[in-house]
Amino acid sequence: MAQKNRQRSTSAPAAEPQPASPGRRNLLKGAGLVGAAALGGSGTLIAQQGAEPAQPRIREALEVLTAAEVETLEILCDLLIPSDENGPGAREARAAHYIDRALAGPDAEDLEAFRIGLAAIEDYARRYRGRPFARLIRDRQESILLALQQNKLDGFLPSAGGFFDLLRNHAINGTFCDPYYGGNRDFVGWDMIRYPGVRIGASERDVELGADLPPNHQSAYDYPPYTKTGGNRA
Amino acid sequence: MPRRLAGADVAIVGLGAAGGIASLPLARAGMKVIGLEAGGWLSPRDFGPDELRNNYRNWPQAVQKAAGEAPTVRATAADRAVQGGHPMMNAVGGTSMHYWAQSWRLNPWDFRVVSATRERYGPGRVPAGSTVEDWPFDHTELEPFYDRVEYAIGVSGQAGNVQGEIDSRGNIFEGPRRRPYPMRPLRASPFTELMGDAARRLGWNPFQGPAAIATEAYDGRPPCQYHGFCNRGGCHLRSKSSTAFTAIPKALETGNLEVVPYARVIRVVTDNDGRVTGVEYLKGNEHFFQPARVVLLASYTYENVRLLLLSASAAFPDGLANHAGQVGRHYLSHHQGAPVTALFDRDLHNWYGLPAQGAAIDEWADDNFDHSGLDFIGGANLWAHTDRRPMSAARMSTFGQTARNWGSDWKAFIMKNADRGNSSYLQKTTLPYEDNYLDLDPEVKDPFGLPVIRITARYHDNELRIARFAQDRMEQWYREAGATRIIRSGLGNAMGASTHAYGGTRMGDNAETNVVDRWGFCHEAPNLGILGASVMGTSGARNPTLTAQALAWRTADYLANNWSAVAE
Ligand SMILES: Cc1cc2nc3c(=O)[nH]c(=O)nc-3n(C[C@H](O)[C@H](O)[C@H](O)COP(=O)(O)OP(=O)(O)OC[C@H]3O[C@@H](n4cnc5c(N)ncnc54)[C@H](O)[C@@H]3O)c2cc1C
Repeated sequence: MAQKNRQRSTSAPAAEPQPASPGRRNLLKGAGLVGAAALGGSGTLIAQQGAEPAQPRIREALEVLTAAEVETLEILCDLLIPSDENGPGAREARAAHYIDRALAGPDAEDLEAFRIGLAAIEDYARRYRGRPFARLIRDRQESILLALQQNKLDGFLPSAGGFFDLLRNHAINGTFCDPYYGGNRDFVGWDMIRYPGVRIGASERDVELGADLPPNHQSAYDYPPYTKTGGNRA
Repeated sequence: MPRRLAGADVAIVGLGAAGGIASLPLARAGMKVIGLEAGGWLSPRDFGPDELRNNYRNWPQAVQKAAGEAPTVRATAADRAVQGGHPMMNAVGGTSMHYWAQSWRLNPWDFRVVSATRERYGPGRVPAGSTVEDWPFDHTELEPFYDRVEYAIGVSGQAGNVQGEIDSRGNIFEGPRRRPYPMRPLRASPFTELMGDAARRLGWNPFQGPAAIATEAYDGRPPCQYHGFCNRGGCHLRSKSSTAFTAIPKALETGNLEVVPYARVIRVVTDNDGRVTGVEYLKGNEHFFQPARVVLLASYTYENVRLLLLSASAAFPDGLANHAGQVGRHYLSHHQGAPVTALFDRDLHNWYGLPAQGAAIDEWADDNFDHSGLDFIGGANLWAHTDRRPMSAARMSTFGQTARNWGSDWKAFIMKNADRGNSSYLQKTTLPYEDNYLDLDPEVKDPFGLPVIRITARYHDNELRIARFAQDRMEQWYREAGATRIIRSGLGNAMGASTHAYGGTRMGDNAETNVVDRWGFCHEAPNLGILGASVMGTSGARNPTLTAQALAWRTADYLANNWSAVAE
């Protein structure tokens, strides 16, 4: 089962019509890139073209988690890395979406901990706070998350504190990973910490500029060598 | 019954950092060499600048053979051993594909710890219980082979001692070398300059460390472009001088090396007289016997020891070359832990650095300082390097400045400080002890039902004292450079599976305390050679690979020059 999922999630999503502009031919050539762009937010792709900004078309199917689980997960991610006066957070990065995909494939071993943990949080909210987690006020949600971190809740795998760490790790991965994986959408995570983006070379001058270097908003898979078809450079 | 293949002159088990090097002098000398490698071929396209894939999902090393045979670990024989991870790579090129590529020579002291300590401080200073011995030769014996490897694969660096002439731009404590490095060192960065200036104010001698990374076009490979992602990612340009892009292709060009990928050696075969006749390996569903006149084990420390112990036979009932009971003994893994982490109040410009690009301090390593009033021997090399990646940067310590490691305060902290933290790398002398050893785990098996290695080892007082001493020095250095906050990590106790694992098949003239002789061939099985840090009896305060490679070249060179004595 896990094996099957793994294969599904690592194969490239179906290609879609390419909004090819001649200048970006190299960039768009790989099916991997089209897939990455489709999943990582086609807004990215269009912004790179410098053409008319069109409405990004976002396609997100849930792969293993239920809609209700993802609703809880989104809130947890937002509590961890909030969208606030300092800018976007895990919600805009689509961290929960990333986590769903990760649990369907490479991180399938964590799926059970998430299933059990998300259900336990929901159960706790209803039982002790009288309503679904999603409908609690933010302070209440936050205190539940804190209790989780402080290992004060029961019914988690491997423990409340252990699940908190797992959740935090995945939320960070989903916010700061390469956007190919469905998180860090539109590079909001990298912009947040002023990481200027994947470059395949950095000059001395680039380094001197450090985080003041203008972000280039490039994924590893915007570089042809790393996409699936990048070797056919005929 | 395994299928018997046509014989080879030499079968090398594992074409990693050490085996890959040995293949070159052997193939050039005209021997027919078969390289049996558990992994496959990778190319620069497999090493995208992708932190999730390389550093968190451990592609590709996590899905391979090594992951199924990770050693179990316990601190002492009274503890229960628990299986952990395995950091090494299975591929042509081995772990030289994705290592950091720091490429150090050992200092002269590391070859003569016992006698040099006695000469300088009198008797009684080597810690009780340590089984450390002098190497069977000194630094000058290995120097020509260091030189050959540095030029064959391409190592960049700044010499500190060319034929006795000291150059303070390099490591003034290194032993004399015959000539400078073939390439200039990796460039400085604003951060290494910040640290370098601070060190000079303290009266120390900072220098750019040596790396198996091309800094100029070298042998058809382009120079490093400093894009980062070097830490556990292979090089997208082949600038990292992995044996997969250097020694192995050159050996293949001779027509004398045949590489067999996905060949998992399970046994070294001996005849009734105790001579090695070849190896058995599995490839897919098939089981082969590869006859060879000489076998060289180069499958990394844990697997070198495991294969010897798994190859018990009528002639060697306790494991191959183990009549003296020395296989698995004198094990040590480098004390690399106990880092010091610093926070600065300015951006450090480290987003495009690499772990081999750093400022080194050797003043506090080895016996480079007076230990008269101290309660330990040895020391640490201090290394301040420039590697930074976004996912790990977001996980930085908040140095107690936020109440929680999540929420808006935390987010504001990492937004400001993601490029302001730095964690040092402190490599410390580690000694072998009577009670630190490798053997076969009595319970845990690999997917083939063969026992995995069990590590029984802990750091002793000498290591823990060095760690404290090194942390003091590192903190002093960071503070001088303007760090505002410092965290010292714990010292640890049990020695987990390590990227710097030494001993287990130690080299020495005394056959009662060592597995291989001064040339790297087993005292008890003279046509079986062993390559890698498993033959090293001391660690020094720096990474092992260049030394393991110099030794591998020397063993291969000896074999080529003494073929009939070894093979017949
Ligand atoms: C992340 C990381 C960073 C590192 N950084 C540095 C550094 O900066 N400087 C440094 O000096 N060292 C560094 N090291 C350590 C360095 O990688 C090792 O010292 C070196 O690779 C060891 O060489 P080796 O040939 O013994 O083992 P490897 O290079 O691991 O090669 C062993 C080979 O044997 C093969 N093999 C294993 N078992 C079998 C079998 N049964 N049959 C057939 N083949 C087999 C493996 O597939 C592998 O290819 C680092 C290691 C890691 C993991």
